[in-house]
Amino acid sequence: MSFTRRILLRATGAALGGALALASTGAFAQGAGPIKVGILHSLSGTMAISETTLKDVMLMLIEEQNKKGGVLGRKLEAVVVDPASNWPLFAEKARELISKEKVAATFGCWTSVSRKSVLPVFEELNSVLFYPVQYEGEESSKNIFYTGAAPNQQAIPAVDYLMSEDGGNVKRWVLAGTDYVYPRTTNRILEAYLKSKGVAAEDIMINYTPFGHSDWQTIVSQVKAFGSAGKKTAVVSTINGDANVPFYKELGNQGVKATDIPVVAFSVGEEELAGIDTKPLIGHLAAWNYFQSIDNPINKEFIAKWRAFTKNDKRVTNDPMEAHVIGFNMWVKAVEKAGTVDSDAVIDALIGVSVPNLTGGYSTMMPNHHITKPVLIGEVQGDGQFNTVWQTSGLVVGDEWSDYLDGSKDLISDWRKPMSCGNFNVKTGKCGGAGK
Amino acid sequence: MTRTVLSDLSGIARLPESPPQLPAAHRFERTIEALSMLAAVLALIAAALLFAAPAQAQSASEPLAGFTTDRFPDTERTIVGLPASGLTTAPALIDALAANRLYFDANTRQVYFTNEAGAVFDARTGQAAPGVTTTGLKRVRLNNAVRRALDATRGALTLMSPDPALRKAAAESVFKSRDATALPLVETALGRETIAANKRALTEARAAIIASDSKAEEVARLEAIEVLRARGDQDASGILSGVAASGSGRIKAAAESGVAAIQGRLALWANVQNVWYGLSLGSVLLLAAIGLAITFGVMGIINMAHGEMVMIGAYTTFVVQEWIRASQPGLLNYSLFIAIPLAFLVTGAVGVLIERLVIRHLYGRPLETLLATFGISLILQQAVRTIFGANNREVSAPGFMSGSFDLGPLSIGHGRMWIIVFALMVFVALQLVLRATSFGLRMRAVTQNRRMASSMGIDTNRVDAMAFGLGSGIAGMAGVALSQIDNVSPNLGQSYIIDSFMVVVFGGVGNLWGTLLGAVTLGVANKFLEPIAGAVLGKILLLVFIILFIQKRPRGLFAQKGRAVEA
Repeated sequence: MSFTRRILLRATGAALGGALALASTGAFAQGAGPIKVGILHSLSGTMAISETTLKDVMLMLIEEQNKKGGVLGRKLEAVVVDPASNWPLFAEKARELISKEKVAATFGCWTSVSRKSVLPVFEELNSVLFYPVQYEGEESSKNIFYTGAAPNQQAIPAVDYLMSEDGGNVKRWVLAGTDYVYPRTTNRILEAYLKSKGVAAEDIMINYTPFGHSDWQTIVSQVKAFGSAGKKTAVVSTINGDANVPFYKELGNQGVKATDIPVVAFSVGEEELAGIDTKPLIGHLAAWNYFQSIDNPINKEFIAKWRAFTKNDKRVTNDPMEAHVIGFNMWVKAVEKAGTVDSDAVIDALIGVSVPNLTGGYSTMMPNHHITKPVLIGEVQGDGQFNTVWQTSGLVVGDEWSDYLDGSKDLISDWRKPMSCGNFNVKTGKCGGAGK
Repeated sequence: MTRTVLSDLSGIARLPESPPQLPAAHRFERTIEALSMLAAVLALIAAALLFAAPAQAQSASEPLAGFTTDRFPDTERTIVGLPASGLTTAPALIDALAANRLYFDANTRQVYFTNEAGAVFDARTGQAAPGVTTTGLKRVRLNNAVRRALDATRGALTLMSPDPALRKAAAESVFKSRDATALPLVETALGRETIAANKRALTEARAAIIASDSKAEEVARLEAIEVLRARGDQDASGILSGVAASGSGRIKAAAESGVAAIQGRLALWANVQNVWYGLSLGSVLLLAAIGLAITFGVMGIINMAHGEMVMIGAYTTFVVQEWIRASQPGLLNYSLFIAIPLAFLVTGAVGVLIERLVIRHLYGRPLETLLATFGISLILQQAVRTIFGANNREVSAPGFMSGSFDLGPLSIGHGRMWIIVFALMVFVALQLVLRATSFGLRMRAVTQNRRMASSMGIDTNRVDAMAFGLGSGIAGMAGVALSQIDNVSPNLGQSYIIDSFMVVVFGGVGNLWGTLLGAVTLGVANKFLEPIAGAVLGKILLLVFIILFIQKRPRGLFAQKGRAVEA
């Protein structure tokens, strides 16, 4: 009950804001045309599997906003480009969106390497990017807003859960990942974290595999051997998208059950499970900030809208989609607050903006350009959905510079004036540079 | 800590997958049959009541109350207490919970379960609950701890099931849980067991319990350690290292020597395992490369779209399975046999089409062929993405392809085994086509000397198209096999194209035996490198090796000799 009332309040608030905005545009009478919003997601190539969905969800959000009258009294117009899973092309397309299409903000990227490729472009041309995917941290930019999870909003709580009584008192760890920047950095943080918790070096096994690795026989049998040393063992998987299906299939083939050696994954969501028979995987875990199975009115409404929009009543939702929903609503609110789409004003206005997330709470944009989120641990069910078995008691603030790495534990990021610094060193009291 | 006890004797004798509506007479008969063990079990109940005292305090009156709190520890405790609760529905409840069919009403605190058909029953009485639907109820949720408790309880409940397979599984789950309270039951079961394999499983389960029990007699423990040592697998080694860590004196020494013996034996088996995995990887490489051995090896076309033929084959499997699911569900187990010829025809036709429309115009211009076929591969990928969507598609494994069997400490997957068999069959069939049919003869003639063959009256254009179709069709069949172990996504082919070229070049262009030997060598070498160097470095080392090898022998393992080479 209180919920609907809150939504109602929000709605009235938004309507008021809209009216105010209308008035202000009337006064300025500048932008008569639509506000352009860039969508920078791969629609072809390897990453299309994940990113196409995000393009669709953005189109849905924009359509919906337009039905409500747009922003500042102007309609929104989506500009969709296809960077084709090609990292340098991401930078080119970003430049095209900002310079040629003059978009007010861009929503896009999935892999860390694509984000690193567009970062200098957004900084040079001073535009805004919302990045919706969980990532390794160790980065902060004035122009990028990270709506996905930082390691402390996903990896560390997952490990905490497994170490707890509930999670099975795990004492031995396999950190398995695909060989690129996100798993390597995340595993570096996790290794330092585990050691700080008193886990011995011989109880940690780290394994990397190439992209799209499909023959998991050797590695699964190694994991099995590692896990039968008499101590409770778990696998922390940062294995990327495509390689997961054969990995889980092999786990099933070799009879590794979740009750023996649970696997907690950071890149496997509802969308990835859609291609697998999940019966042998029941009980394996994933850590996210959102699951489709979350039972509350706001999420149900979102799923219904998404299925109506895609005209497919089996379409699933996932965590990065929620991140885009949050990011988009934050941007709309910030633009209304600033009364303009000008980058600097919107960047300032975004900090402190709070919007409802789909798990039934509110997410706030923090001064380090990361948001607050709940962390959920879910178990795979036979129907390809997750069942939440644990969640943090409150919201967790994203931490861009990990506290467990030597190079970064003294750094903080705060983009409010007058500090306006992405890597302020609290020991030396100096800003290390313009952020990177 | 899972402590399992047992009181419901009727539940021992049967493993109900349906709600307990057995005729009363039937139930009674089974109860009588089980009465002989009553004494042993009664003692157990007493022990259980003592153990589970805090949980039972409230549940003595309401044994199912723990299911209604929606908290995992309560659920776990309730499961452990179920056998002692005296409820006749206990085994049915365990099954319902394992299958996610146990519900509770948050307001009335009543627990219900459903059968497979969805009918609702009262959990206390086992009677049908008319008027209750699952829509207003909440599911009792599971997590891994609850599932472990379920497995252990179910193991103890089914130790004396009439089904020998169930008894064996029960013994295995007791072996895993090492639940000391199940010991008397294991002993009883052991006395009644007649099947040798089950007897061994029970003996091992007993040994696992006794070896880990620090209060047991030393002689018994030493004996148990011997049994575990004889079992000789990773699980036994795990238990023994636990014993070695906590024990002292002779127990510690025996356990340590047991671990050492098992590890020594496993190290030997690891080599066998590497060979097996290598053969398995080799068969996958062979399947992916053998079509290319025709189009690239024999015809000399650098076909970058080869991987997409594999991908189309995999999608054909998906379509066939979808069709079967929709119209002929009974055929699902045979879907692959339908998919194999269909995939051959579909990809073969696509191959002929590509040859006729594009490649035909580019013979003798390898660079243009490379670019054109690369373009085709992108077009095919995007076409499939547009038709089927970018997501992975689910291809299910038929019954005979799933599961595994044990060979010593190795577990050999049926799927992998059949893929090796299938790869060899394709290889033999292809050899036969090339050696024993007139089409094969013509094809070899054309590739050896096109002009001569043409003057002998062979329609070289037609042979080219057919040969390309054959290579593509075989790639399609490979796709059916790969759909069983890899993603069915538009990118499926890309991951195999490099490996395929590697195998063909390494084996010797134009020689099928070379392709076979190349695939198996690379597979086995890869699997021996992987545990030492890791998957990434292993692959790099293999590439370096091939580069060096090609420097030394530019024509691969089996160099083709004679005039054909210069042509």
